[in-house]
Amino acid sequence: MRIGKDLVAAAATPVVLGILAEGESYGYAILQRVTELSGGELEWSDGMLYPLLHRLERLGHVESEWRHSSAGRPRKHYRLSAQGAAALAEQRKQWSVVGGVLDKVWPDGADGERRSRLAPRLALGTE
Amino acid sequence: MTIGQGPGLDELIASWRQWMARRDVLTPSDIDELESHLRDRIDGLADAGLTDDEAFLIAVKRLGSIDALSHEYAAEHSERLWKQLVLHDAPGPEGTDAAAATIPFHRRANGLPVALALGVGAGLAVKVADLLIDDPAVVARNAAVLVLPFLAAWFAWRRRPPAAAVWAVAGAFVVAAIALNAYPFVPEASTAMLAAAGSLVALWLMTGVVEARGAWRSDTARMDFLRFSGEWAVYYLLIALVGGALSALTIAVFASIQVDVVPFVEEWVLPCGAAGAVLVAAWLVGAKQRVIENIAPVLTKVFTPLFTLMMLALIVAAVLQWNLVDASRDLLIAFDLVLVVVVALLVYAISARDPALPPGWFDRLQVLMLASALVVDVIVLIAMIARTGEFGFTANKTASLLLNLILLANLAWAAWLQVGFVQRTVAFGRLERWQTGYLPIYLAWAAVIVLIFPPVFGFA
Repeated sequence: MRIGKDLVAAAATPVVLGILAEGESYGYAILQRVTELSGGELEWSDGMLYPLLHRLERLGHVESEWRHSSAGRPRKHYRLSAQGAAALAEQRKQWSVVGGVLDKVWPDGADGERRSRLAPRLALGTE
Repeated sequence: MTIGQGPGLDELIASWRQWMARRDVLTPSDIDELESHLRDRIDGLADAGLTDDEAFLIAVKRLGSIDALSHEYAAEHSERLWKQLVLHDAPGPEGTDAAAATIPFHRRANGLPVALALGVGAGLAVKVADLLIDDPAVVARNAAVLVLPFLAAWFAWRRRPPAAAVWAVAGAFVVAAIALNAYPFVPEASTAMLAAAGSLVALWLMTGVVEARGAWRSDTARMDFLRFSGEWAVYYLLIALVGGALSALTIAVFASIQVDVVPFVEEWVLPCGAAGAVLVAAWLVGAKQRVIENIAPVLTKVFTPLFTLMMLALIVAAVLQWNLVDASRDLLIAFDLVLVVVVALLVYAISARDPALPPGWFDRLQVLMLASALVVDVIVLIAMIARTGEFGFTANKTASLLLNLILLANLAWAAWLQVGFVQRTVAFGRLERWQTGYLPIYLAWAAVIVLIFPPVFGFA
């Protein structure tokens, strides 16, 4: 299954904020985490993550710092700010509403039980 | 493993970096970050058993196409997008020579033929009005109405705005033209001069709506227009200086052979040149950004400290002598200009700044500039308000007091935000949004000066 471009773009911000809420990270590790969480179904070009991170930084949602990796290479680390945590909570609310609506609007399928947890899962970007 | 197998990984990455660096929108720091990512990805793939060059190819491929990538960066870093004409105009970075042969004449050199034609049109409009009306004061009052439509036409040709935006701006020009010419101004009325100044500000901002393709609500579109305005001003001044020097030289050379060309220079070269230069400067901003982008940040960096020093000296002088209260009635207008310069220095510095950089010495210096401007202005305001009864509320005084309060409110909040930014509690985006969000207030002030002041003050 390929997730549509618009949905990937819309999910990117809450997913990245959510991953940074787990602890500070850097670009490559964030992408690894996205692949891991989505079972490889939520993917975008590697390079696209960085403009997104820069935007979140300009908005004050994340802070960044250059550090050295264990191999001695420079690496830019990103960390969620207090404002970013608030933005994440807000995004989570919005996605819950969307998820709730979808739950109600779609007829019950075979995995009704799973879909009832759709909203919080969407907010974490794992669906 | 590299012997006989082509370049090693470091060489591959070095050539990849060179390739990326050709894109203006990517800074070395961006490329550092992407390189760090690339090396992580290559390590991951190499652990899975790929050779270095295989891993390199896949890692580069996974970054995404360089066009799409630089487009994303440009969309985020609009201050760089501004520098990168290629994004909108040229069909592609490669093969421009071959493409040039098929570009129609009027599109060559970023539309220079169109800009020149409109510039000639603006000059002729001024001259024709001058010949028809035969009253220099009326022609001067209509300067904005006569010249700026050509600038709006230039933007309309360059940017292809939606028709609704063009009609709205055309409506503003018509309203301004009616107000400037139908109001029964008494001769040498100060409200007439105020209305002329207000129409320049208001119509300039309305012209920006065309430049923004009608997206006047967008913060980035407003910031782009502010950048345009600043760079345009630098170019216009340069053209005016060189034009003035050349005219003086021409007069001197002809005078040496007993031919008096002063009337010709005054009646034709000066008005037509001043009007035409508006369009040429606008064209230069679009065509020669690379030249100016090195000058403009330098200008703000040079003049911010000097201007701050000037205001600090003024505070000391005012406190030592305490005679601002007795100063002339032009004081308020002079201080409006001081505040305009402070706002211009601030906005220009913001527009040219890389939002990703952490606050540095220059941002702290701006706090000092804003603080000293606020102190100076409060002293002046107290002095002027204390003497309001003596001077009365003339049109000039009311207009400059209004402008002073508008600028003071801007600078006060800007200073607060700037302090927060230096302390890293305020994101840079809020500084930008505060300045771009303030544009409609200037427009409202200018509209009030043009439309409401003349009747309120009896057209005097």
